Amino acid sequence: MSFLVDSVIMFTSQVLFFGFGWLFFMRQLFKDYEVRQYVVQVVFSVTFAFSCTMFELIIFEILGALSSSSRYFHWKLNLYVILLVLIFVVPFYIGYFVVSNIRLLQRQRLLFACMVWFTFMYFFWKLGDPFPILSPKHGILSIEQLISRVGVIGVTLMALLSGFGAVNCPYTYMSYFLRNVTDGDILALERRLLQTMDMIVSKKKRIAMTRRQMYQRGEDQNKQTGFWGMIKSVTSTQSGSENLSLIQQEVDALEELSRQLFLETVDLQSTKERIEYSKTFQGKYFNFLGYFFSIYCVWKIFMATINIVFDRVGKTDPVTRGIEITVNYLGIQFDVKFWSQHISFILVGIIIVTSIRGLLITLTKFFYAISSSKSSNVIVLVLAQIMGMYFVSSVLLMRMSMPLEYRSIVTEVLGELQFNFYHRWFDVIFLVSALSSILFLYLAHKQAPEKHMAL
Amino acid sequence: MASLDRVKVLVLGDSGVGKSSLVHLLCQNQVLGNPSWTVGCSVDVRIHDYKEGTPEEKTFYIELWDVGGSVGSASSLKSTRAVFYNSVNGIILVHDLTNKKSSQNLYRWSLEALNRDSSPTGVIVSNGDYDREQFAENPVPLLLIGTKFDQIPESKRSEVLTRTAFLSEDFIAEEINLDCTNPRYLAAGTSNAVKLSRFFDKVIEKRYFTRDPSPMAAFTDRKRFNFKSLHYD
Repeated sequence: MSFLVDSVIMFTSQVLFFGFGWLFFMRQLFKDYEVRQYVVQVVFSVTFAFSCTMFELIIFEILGALSSSSRYFHWKLNLYVILLVLIFVVPFYIGYFVVSNIRLLQRQRLLFACMVWFTFMYFFWKLGDPFPILSPKHGILSIEQLISRVGVIGVTLMALLSGFGAVNCPYTYMSYFLRNVTDGDILALERRLLQTMDMIVSKKKRIAMTRRQMYQRGEDQNKQTGFWGMIKSVTSTQSGSENLSLIQQEVDALEELSRQLFLETVDLQSTKERIEYSKTFQGKYFNFLGYFFSIYCVWKIFMATINIVFDRVGKTDPVTRGIEITVNYLGIQFDVKFWSQHISFILVGIIIVTSIRGLLITLTKFFYAISSSKSSNVIVLVLAQIMGMYFVSSVLLMRMSMPLEYRSIVTEVLGELQFNFYHRWFDVIFLVSALSSILFLYLAHKQAPEKHMAL
Repeated sequence: MASLDRVKVLVLGDSGVGKSSLVHLLCQNQVLGNPSWTVGCSVDVRIHDYKEGTPEEKTFYIELWDVGGSVGSASSLKSTRAVFYNSVNGIILVHDLTNKKSSQNLYRWSLEALNRDSSPTGVIVSNGDYDREQFAENPVPLLLIGTKFDQIPESKRSEVLTRTAFLSEDFIAEEINLDCTNPRYLAAGTSNAVKLSRFFDKVIEKRYFTRDPSPMAAFTDRKRFNFKSLHYD
């Protein structure tokens, strides 16, 4: 009986998450486009719903809600469904929509989509070979094979995003890095842009007028019959067209210049807006936060390096460590069990909410930047894939942040994976990502004032 | 020969509706082979005979300024785009017949362009919302063009055409529905070609041959006319 009640609760929450994903898709992601293929929206919402259900199950684990057998059952069910979606459904549809965009392959869409899917599966399988992620006692078709590979991809993504975010966050928040842009600079650049446009326009007028004259003369020439008339028409059009191709080349160069000037003007305008924002109260608050985050970022890089160099994996989670420190060093006595449950609930809850929110915001920004009306379907599906893998791996990694008694269910459900490997891999990729982001931002920052000076 | 008078017409619309293909078709009389994203603004020129066939026939340059982007862009993009909206004489609004959102966004596009126009007889906007009276006093002629006409199945055609008829009523503008990859739609003698020619005539007339009765407008018109004669072509 309690199993039925639990299932109803789970199902209701899943429907709620599905609705939230649906709304997010409609209001945020696709607000400038028209949804033609509802399959895309459904797949995205389903991925989102099942990912959130996993987080919900962790929370239930900590709170001790629902009975433990039904929790276990739902864990397994959820895991199977999510793996099914991430490995079969989403890649197949990605292949299908990519193939639909290519005109040549339109007729045999299904066939080519299946071929694309098989290629994906082949590479997906090969991915597992260089990594020591499995103990040899697993068979070839076990669930651990799939999860381990999904875990590798997801952890790589998490570490990349995390590394870049850790570096980019203080860079954008702090106004120390803002270049000085005056209104005069912007006006000068705009004037240059308009001058370039005027030059393009006058050259195009010459081309249009020359072509019109050639056309009119061509008509007159047609009235001239005979051998000499034909030769004259050939020579005159040739010189005309040579002249035209020369002007056309100049126009192409000027158009390239106008595009660059436009992009630079946009850059200056956005810097000016950021400078104005930094003078407001909100801006000052974020500036202050930026200093905090830069210290946190440096600390994290330091810790990642230490972990790799000394081959150290933390055994205890932050909650138990914190409680140990307070009990042993500060001598405050309190009910360990009670507090560890509540604190880990709050901590895990914060981690979950911030990671979901952060991921959705990043995905939205990505989507706005790179999508167009043709490729919007494919990009949304790719984002759904990334989201699914990200959430599965964050469950994997979150195991480390929970006290021992709650870890067991995760270990039981996900199977005997080499969890230590994933943490090490996360540290390595995080370090690489953070350092290369620092290098990249440094170069971009250096290059911009030089461009500015050259004007 | 290069000192013909000119008028400036903006071509606005969401990204991907076919503005660049349309401009290429109008100016080069050829179909654009490899359309790609427009960064910033691309200009092309069409030579138009005003009042063709009458004794007052005069040739003008029509500059078609094809501004790229979307209505929901960052404000830095919008303020940079606004540079191109100066002294505009006509606006062509382009939407995709297979995509309803692009038609709805045209209201925001027209507001963006008309707000920026610095002429004193320009449109006064109260709170940014669409208001039909603004378009009644609008001194800038509008033309509505719907693209990808060939991609609409026969059964849906009447529904789409009703919708665009409502749009053209709202904007108080003529409408043309065509396919930018087929020059047949704008061939000489078709009703589309006649509407296009009428639109360009109206733009030229508003710019050069009409004097508004209000004294302030006449003053600035004169100022603009003097400035234009100094403009080196």
